[in-house]
Amino acid sequence: MPDVQSMVAEFVNKLRKRKIEGSQATAKCTVELLRSVISHQRVPHANQAAALIDAVKAVGQQLVAANPVELAVGNVVRRVLHIIREEDLSLTTAAMAGLDLLDASDDDDIDNCKGIGYPAMSAAVVAAAARSTLRPPSLQTLLEGTPESATVPYTSSSGADSESKSKSADKSSLTRKLKHDVIEGVNQLIQEISGCHEQIAEQAIEHIHQNEVILTLGSSRTVLEFLCAAKEKKRSFRVFVAEGAPRYQGHLLAKELVARGLQTTVITDSAVFAMISRVNMVIIGAHAVMANGGVIGPVGVNMAALAAKKHAVPFVVLAGSHKLCPLYPHNPEVLLNELRSPSELLDFGEFSDCLDFGAGSGSLQVVNPTFDYVPPNLVSLFITDTGGHNPSYMYRLIADYYSADDLVM
Amino acid sequence: MESRRNPRAVVDPKVRQVGFFTSSQPDSSSTQQQQQQTDPIPASASSPPVSTISPSGNSLSPVMIPPPRLNSSDTFPLRGAAAGASSAVSPSSFSYSNRRDFPDGSTTASPGRHSRGSFVKSSTPVASSLPGIGMDSMAAAKSSSVPASGLTTVSVVTMPPGLAEKASGMEVQSDQKKNPKSLKEKTTKAERRAIQEAQRAAKAAAKADGGKVPPGTSASVASTSVKVAKPAKPSTQKNEVSVAAGVTEKKGGPSEKDRKKDAPHPRMQYDDESRVVKAKRRAVVKQTEAKNRVELFRHLPQYEHGTQLPDLETKFFQLDPMHPAVYKVGLQYLSGDISGGNARCIAMLQAFQEVVKDYSTPPEKNLNRDMTAKISSYVSFLIECRPLSISMGNAIRFVKNRIAKLPITLSESEAKAALQSDIERFINDKIIGADMVIVKHAVTKIRDGDVLLTYGSPTAVEMILLHAHELKKKFRVLVVDSRPKLEGQLLLRRLIKRGISCTYTHINAISYIMHEVTKVFLGASSVLSNGTVYSRVGTACVAMVASAFRVPVLVCCEAYKFHERVQLDSICSNELGDPNAISKVHGREDINYLDGLTNNANLQFLNLMYDATPSDYISMIITDYGMVPPTSVPVIVREYQKEHLLV
Repeated sequence: MPDVQSMVAEFVNKLRKRKIEGSQATAKCTVELLRSVISHQRVPHANQAAALIDAVKAVGQQLVAANPVELAVGNVVRRVLHIIREEDLSLTTAAMAGLDLLDASDDDDIDNCKGIGYPAMSAAVVAAAARSTLRPPSLQTLLEGTPESATVPYTSSSGADSESKSKSADKSSLTRKLKHDVIEGVNQLIQEISGCHEQIAEQAIEHIHQNEVILTLGSSRTVLEFLCAAKEKKRSFRVFVAEGAPRYQGHLLAKELVARGLQTTVITDSAVFAMISRVNMVIIGAHAVMANGGVIGPVGVNMAALAAKKHAVPFVVLAGSHKLCPLYPHNPEVLLNELRSPSELLDFGEFSDCLDFGAGSGSLQVVNPTFDYVPPNLVSLFITDTGGHNPSYMYRLIADYYSADDLVM
Repeated sequence: MESRRNPRAVVDPKVRQVGFFTSSQPDSSSTQQQQQQTDPIPASASSPPVSTISPSGNSLSPVMIPPPRLNSSDTFPLRGAAAGASSAVSPSSFSYSNRRDFPDGSTTASPGRHSRGSFVKSSTPVASSLPGIGMDSMAAAKSSSVPASGLTTVSVVTMPPGLAEKASGMEVQSDQKKNPKSLKEKTTKAERRAIQEAQRAAKAAAKADGGKVPPGTSASVASTSVKVAKPAKPSTQKNEVSVAAGVTEKKGGPSEKDRKKDAPHPRMQYDDESRVVKAKRRAVVKQTEAKNRVELFRHLPQYEHGTQLPDLETKFFQLDPMHPAVYKVGLQYLSGDISGGNARCIAMLQAFQEVVKDYSTPPEKNLNRDMTAKISSYVSFLIECRPLSISMGNAIRFVKNRIAKLPITLSESEAKAALQSDIERFINDKIIGADMVIVKHAVTKIRDGDVLLTYGSPTAVEMILLHAHELKKKFRVLVVDSRPKLEGQLLLRRLIKRGISCTYTHINAISYIMHEVTKVFLGASSVLSNGTVYSRVGTACVAMVASAFRVPVLVCCEAYKFHERVQLDSICSNELGDPNAISKVHGREDINYLDGLTNNANLQFLNLMYDATPSDYISMIITDYGMVPPTSVPVIVREYQKEHLLV
C-alpha cells in the first residue's frame, strides 16, 4: 500500500525531527496511523492475526527507532498488538464454544479436523485451554492444577486460529470480523487516550482541598485539566509554577492557568526547595511511567521530588494509561534522555570560540537534557484514568494492558 | 591531645560540655583533688607553675572541636593539612588572649587551664577562701566546676593590671578611681543597669550567706571590677557582670536578661503596617510598593523596580546629610552594579572610611555618639537601596563597636585615624585575608581527576578553582546556573579564559550531571548558628541533590559572615528581587507567553534571592578558622564573633 507506506514514512520523519511534542499527541498520531495500517493490511486466510501482528510490529519498530525516547509510541504499538491478540483469542474461544457444544455429539467435526491435519485431541485441548484462559481461575481449578491446561495456552493463537477457520462455514465473514473487531478496539483506545484528561480530572476533587498550595513543574495538559477541574468544583487554592528553564514551559502553563482564573505564582526553578516547605502537594504530569513505578518527567522533576520527600509533601504523578511503559528502566537518566541544543542555555555565538574543541584545555561543554528520572521511592501516588495507584502496583497495571509476548519488539 | 581529653572525661562524665567552658579544667581545690585521684597524667594536675606546663592548654586555640573532628573523619593526607591550617590561623588571632592570660595565670596554681577564660578566669587561692557561693545558679551556666564558680567575683579583682597592660594607650585605666565620672558617662544604659543589678544581687547574696563573706565586699568588688573593665572593652565587662551576678544571685536573673539582650533583634516585618508607615516617613528613597504581591511574602519589602534610581539620581545634590561616598555605594547597590556579599561589604566599609576621613565633630557633640548616629543614618539609607546582607550587618556592628570604644582621651584626628585603620584591618583580615586562608584550606581537597561542581558565581570558590589550576591540578568544573541572574555565565567565561575545562548547565539538569561529580563547592551569603547556610537561591537544591547522590558538599564562607541568628526555612527572612525579571526571558524572544499578563491579579511572580540550606546536606564548612562541620558553627559564632569581631 503506497499511501500507508508514505504515511508511515512521513510520521517517522516527524518523530525523528521531534516535530510532535507531548506524549499524548504522539500516542494519538501513532494509534491513528496503526489503525490505517491495519485497515489497509490485506489479511491472508490462514493465520490472519499473525499477519496483522507482523504488519503492526514492522511499522512499530520503525516508529520506535525513529524516536526511542518517546516511550508512548512503543506503548501504543504494544497496546494495539495486545488488542489484536485479545480479539483473536475471544473469536477463537467463541468458535471453540461452538465447537465444544458440538464436540460431544458430533463426530463429523473431529473427522473434519483430521482431514485438515490436526489430531482430534488438539481441538479439545485447545478448547479447554481457551476456556481456562477466559474463565477466572476458581479455587477448584487451582487445586486440580492439571498440567495440560498449564502447557496449552501457547498454541491458542495459531492453532485455534486455523481451527476456527476450519470450523467456520463462512471464512470471509470471520476474517472481516477479526479486522473489524481489532479496529473497534483501536478506536476505543483512541477514545481512551483522548479522554484520559477528563478521567483523571474527575478525581481532582478528591485530592485537592480548600486553601491548599500546589506546586507544579513543566507544562502538562493533564495537570492543567486536573487543576481546573478542582477549581470548577469551587475549591480555591493557589498554584506555584516552576518556570522550567530552559524551555519555560511553566510560563505556558501559568498563562493557561491564569486564563482559567487560578491564583498562580511563577517561581524560578531554583526556588523550588525554598518554597516546598509551604507547599501541600506537588502535582506533575509524567512523560512516561516505567514498570517499576519510576517516572520520566520534565527536567528538574527529580529535584522537586527530593525536596518534597525531605518535607514529606505528597508527590503526585498524573499519567494517562498510554504513558505506562512495560519496560524496566536501566540508567534512565542517560539512556532515556535527550540532549537539546546548547543555544537554549547560551546565546548563539557567545561561547562559540571555546565550544567543541574536544578535550583540550579550556574547553566548554553544555549539557541540556530534556527529561529527568524520578525513582519510585520518591513518588507518593500515581493518578491514572483508572484511579490512584501506588508505585509498587504499576507492574500489575501494565500486565493488564500489555501481553507478555510484545514486551520485546 | 590525650592529656587534654582525659581530664575532661574524668572530671565530669555526666554533664555534657557544649562550647568552651573554662570551668571544665580543674580550677578549684576540690576538683583538683578529684583529678589527682583519677587523672592518669599527673603532670597536668600536680605541677604548680602554669607557664611551664600544660602546653596544650596554652598553645591550642580556644576552639578545640574542629580539628579533632576533622581528623577523625577525614582521610589521612588531609588530616595534616587541617590541623596545620588551624594552628596556622590561631596564633595570630589568639596571641592576645594568651598574652593576657599569663600574668593572671602565674599567680594561680591552676594547671592545665585553657587559654580561653579571658573573662571568667578564676584563681585558685581565692577559691578556697570562698567556697560554694551561688552554687545552683552557676551550675546551669558552667557545668562541671561548681565550686570554682564561686570565685569569679574575686578573681575579677586581679584583672585590672592585666587589662591596663593590654589596653594600649589608655592611661586612664590605671587610676580609674580618680575619674569615675568620665567613665560613667560612657556606660550605656544597658551597662548601667547591669551594674546596678549586679550590685543588688551581690548584696542579696551577701545577706543570704552572711557568715562566710564579709558583707559588702563581694558587691563592691563586683562593681569596681565592672567599672574598671568597662572602658576598655564592654564585651568583657558584660561577661564579668553576668558572671559576678550569677555567682552571687540565687537564680541568675540578670545574666539571663543579658543573654536576652544578646539575642538578635527581630527584623522589620513589612506586613506590620504601622511600622512600615513609620519607616516610610524617615525614608530618603522614595519607593512605591509593588502592588501585585505574593501573599506568603508580605513580610518582606518589595518595591516597584526601576523607580528609585532616577529619583535618587535627581536628588544627588540635595541630600546634604548623605555623604557622597555612601550615596554612590547606595546607587551601586540599587542598580545591581555591586553584588556579592564580599563586594558589597567592602564597598560599604570603604565608603565608611571616606565618611570617617571627612568627619568633623560638630560643636558641643560627642564624637562617639555623633558618629554612631551618622553611621546609623547611612546604614538605613543603604537598607533602603537594598536590604543588608548578614555579613554587612556584622561589619556595621564592628564599626559601631569600634566607634563606641574609642577612648575619650584621643583627639579627633587620632580617633579618626584609629577608626580608619580599624576598618582597613577588618577588610584586610576578615575579608581578603580570610579568603586567602579559605583558598589554602580548600585547595587541599582538590585532587587530580576531580569533577567539581559549583553553583552561581561565588568569589571564594572561584579563587579556589583558579588557585588549584595554578597548582597544576587536573580537574573539571561543572558550572550550574539559574535564572534570572545567570551569574554562572560570568564565572564560566573567567574560568575558560584561564584554561579550565568546564561544563555548563542549568539547575534543572542537576540530577543529570550529579553522577559524575566528585565534590560540590558552594559559596554562602551567611552561615547561621544552627548550621543553616543562607545563600543564593538554588544552593539548597544543589546541596540536596548532591547529598542524595552521596557527593560531599563543601561550603566556603568567611567567618565574618557567621551569625547567631537561626532560621529553618527560606521564607521567614529573605529578599525579593525584581519580579519582572522572571516574566521576561533574556535573549529568548520566542518565550513571550507571559507578556501583558504582568498586571493580572491572578498572576504573581516571585523572585527569591536567597534560600536556607539545612545543615544535614552540608559535609563541611571551610572558613578562615579551618574546616569545620556545620555543627561547629555556633561555636565559632560564640567564640570568635564575640572576641575577635568586636575587639
